[in-house]
Amino acid sequence: MISRAFLALITRDMQLVFRHTSDAVNPVLFFVIATSLFPLGLSPQPELLRSIAPGILWVNALLATLLALDSLFRTDFDDGTLEQILLSPVPTPILVLAKITAHWLVTGVPLILCAPLLAMLLGLPQAAWGTLLLALLLGTPMLSLVGAIGVALTVGLRRGGALLALLVLPMYVPVLIFGAHAVDAAAAGVPVSGQLLLLAAMFILALTLAPFAAAAALRITVG
Amino acid sequence: MGILRRAYDTVWAFLYKMASPRFFYALATRMIPWLAVATAVLMGVGLYGGLVTAPTDYQQGESYRIIFIHVPAAWMSMFTYVFMAFCAGVHLIWRMKLADVMAACAAPIGASFTFLALVTGSLWGKPMWGAWWVWDARLTSELILLFLYLGAIALRGAIDDQRTAGRAVGVLVLAGVVNIPIIHYSVEWWSTLHQPASITKFDKPSMHPSMLIPLLEMAIAFQLYFFTVLLMRARNDVIAREQQSAWVKELVAPK
Repeated sequence: MISRAFLALITRDMQLVFRHTSDAVNPVLFFVIATSLFPLGLSPQPELLRSIAPGILWVNALLATLLALDSLFRTDFDDGTLEQILLSPVPTPILVLAKITAHWLVTGVPLILCAPLLAMLLGLPQAAWGTLLLALLLGTPMLSLVGAIGVALTVGLRRGGALLALLVLPMYVPVLIFGAHAVDAAAAGVPVSGQLLLLAAMFILALTLAPFAAAAALRITVG
Repeated sequence: MGILRRAYDTVWAFLYKMASPRFFYALATRMIPWLAVATAVLMGVGLYGGLVTAPTDYQQGESYRIIFIHVPAAWMSMFTYVFMAFCAGVHLIWRMKLADVMAACAAPIGASFTFLALVTGSLWGKPMWGAWWVWDARLTSELILLFLYLGAIALRGAIDDQRTAGRAVGVLVLAGVVNIPIIHYSVEWWSTLHQPASITKFDKPSMHPSMLIPLLEMAIAFQLYFFTVLLMRARNDVIAREQQSAWVKELVAPK
């Protein structure tokens, strides 16, 4: 029953997104546009852009995820589905994990897919692209997981958007540091296994703990 | 075994009584003057030791003396967050109202300590490194800690229902406390990559006793200050929360 409920919730969320594709496209558009602003604001010199490319890509990925986070529970909260999820006999952390998975598939994966394009725009060496993809693959689920805790705490609030950023961004700092530096090291030709392993460790920590924290937060703010 | 049993019973009885806001109010009223006096005395002794008695540093001259404020403030900022997390845990698990009062009152105090640590660190950085702000590992960690405090304070203010707010902030603070070691070590690692090795940190373990003793005195003074101010705030918070109850009405009734 539990795995069926898990898959059913993911399927439902994906179907809902395909009906409102702007939910999936907007974060990607933000990612592209915001990344394009940096050469305009700084300078188009290739050496400068190459040196700051990992940082720009990661910060913009963070901000794009942050913008997309509100849609994690918003519609379900508005129409009462969230309460039904909390009342379900299936353990809440599992259903929360299903929603986070669907959300990552919809917002995180498109970010990962368009990252090589933006890496090319910023002149990041091709040697680093593989590491960029792998680091984003490990990092973006963590952003969704930890962000879900923040969204669960602010879902009932009227103007929770800016507050969500304040709650969640400090917890994103380690992902940013290790993710950006992994790409930096790959661009310099230095081994990256340490940073990637640390990202993987943090991902597993978030995967095991965040659903429980988010479920507890939902029970407090909604239930 | 008898004395252990009696000690256990006394502690347990005390904890039960502490769950009552009314008992806590009376206890806090009695404790605050003692704590305040102890704070003032110890701070006077520590400041005298640090500013007058301690010798001039051969490397930094007189400007090092700010560590007698900066280091205790930084220690207290971290202690307060852990204290807040502990109270939040007690509140979430045992639904003890007073634990939430303590967590709510500790947050602004902790934020103030963090801000003080940042400002004094900045004032120290100017003569030592020539810049008001450097992205030093510990200053950056303190900055992120300040954001964590502000987030907890903001969330509590954003939720109207006090009970929901207490429990939501509890979850946030516990999530934060798990993150703090990760954030601290990642920032420290990040800073070792980017900082030139010439910047020396002052807390070499072999500090001369004439500097170490005033530092420890100031640290204890800051602890006492924290508990003084915490109890003062908690007293007010308890009265505000319990304003509908008979004992508060009796307390504030015109004589």
